[in-house]
Amino acid sequence: MTDQADLRKTPLYDAHVAAGARMVPFAGYLMPVQYADGVLKEHLWTREHAGLFDVSHMGQARLRGVSPLSAFEEVTPGDFIGLAPGKQRYSLLLNKKGGIIDDLMASRPDDDGLFVIVNGACKDGDFKFIDNELSPQVKIERLEDRALLALQGPEAAAVMAQHAPDALTLVFSEARAMTAFGLPAFVSRSGYTGEDGYEISIPGESAAAVWETLLADPRVKPIGLGARDSLRLEAGLPLYGHDIDETTSPIEAALAFAVSKKRRDAQDFPGAARIAKELAEGPSRVRVGLKILEGAPAREGAEIADGTGAVIGRVTSGGFAPSLGHPIAMGFVPPAQAAVGTKLNVIVRGRAGAAEVVAMPFVPKRYVRKL
Amino acid sequence: MRFTKDHEWVVVEDGVATVGITAYAAEQLGDVVFVETPEVGKTVSQGDSFAVVESVKAASDVYAPVSGEVVEANSELGDAPETVNAAPEHGGWFAKVKLSNPAEVDALMDRGAYEDYLGTL
Repeated sequence: MTDQADLRKTPLYDAHVAAGARMVPFAGYLMPVQYADGVLKEHLWTREHAGLFDVSHMGQARLRGVSPLSAFEEVTPGDFIGLAPGKQRYSLLLNKKGGIIDDLMASRPDDDGLFVIVNGACKDGDFKFIDNELSPQVKIERLEDRALLALQGPEAAAVMAQHAPDALTLVFSEARAMTAFGLPAFVSRSGYTGEDGYEISIPGESAAAVWETLLADPRVKPIGLGARDSLRLEAGLPLYGHDIDETTSPIEAALAFAVSKKRRDAQDFPGAARIAKELAEGPSRVRVGLKILEGAPAREGAEIADGTGAVIGRVTSGGFAPSLGHPIAMGFVPPAQAAVGTKLNVIVRGRAGAAEVVAMPFVPKRYVRKL
Repeated sequence: MRFTKDHEWVVVEDGVATVGITAYAAEQLGDVVFVETPEVGKTVSQGDSFAVVESVKAASDVYAPVSGEVVEANSELGDAPETVNAAPEHGGWFAKVKLSNPAEVDALMDRGAYEDYLGTL
């Protein structure tokens, strides 16, 4: 048991407790895993209305200095030189073996270098890594005094219209510095649920007021980490430390889209040799989606077997999908068994349950790509 | 009704114990989405993991509060696991166990003692 006294609190800790949250240790913070409604209702509310998430545990930073865009290409396989102002990109920090140190979002909300958001559990290591790898002419500056909220769901845009009209000028994967809630904010149209929605970086001292303002809207409810996990699972989005880690390559993880064409040709990023080889010859394993056809949910660590009973892989995350009404999972299997429609088994408590490889996302994404 | 510190309840009739999880346990678990009941005919010892209850988040073991032979399992939980939340101490029972050692039941907590125990958590 982690000593609770060592855990950090986001600026919204008191607001979570007041809203009836069950607080649990996560990424070094005490975070809300669920509120009074529970995971199932919170999940479905987000798919139907608008869910409000405190993700202030995540690491926010600016990368500034001499040519920060090209500098960032030294630690990622993305095309950041080609990232236009106002655009946001999903990317990966890679180690020299092509393994994933973390996944991240980087954007150009203004003309001042990059705005980077990394996972909370990885942030200290990530920022140290970036600092160490990059020339002293670029600096990573952590934004410890900022909170990060996510407003997700089909009614998120209508809610935001009342507080941040400029947010409506964004489409999916765009980010801009703007006034939101009367505050200097970075707002992106993005998220981790598969729904339309926004991620909103604001000064930490104003976070509680913004939280209250949003919750005063009847379309908005607070959503905990439990539903955040089931929502991202249905959206087919990997979770760092579970579905991807320092041993997984972007190709294995079905994240080849994060390795840009330009960088593939140049092979000028960490682990480029492995990634080129996997692109040419195919990886030895690949991340797939599994629909569990019968029996118990298969969770992280469950073995995946073929029809003969041979173990061919492992589930990396899984659980009940509230929007589908049955369990789903993600895991790694050899490419020969990765085709959609392949019948496999998942071993749960010694029993084989029938499963089938299905396309991800499990639930269609509803990103707004055009205004 | 008798209770364990692991939040199972037991009701005994004619030497057969009906077993379920308490309202407190159901509330702590959250929305139950899957229940694995024990096989009929299986012999269990007090304290054995003999069923599994799963919420969206996680799987949790249910421990046999008494020793004996499983003579019936609640098959309705397969299609309606949410009954565990709706009626944990009635329709949401898990299994019936023919007692091999009835004295075990006497050592379990009564409702007053269980409520006192919940107050310490």
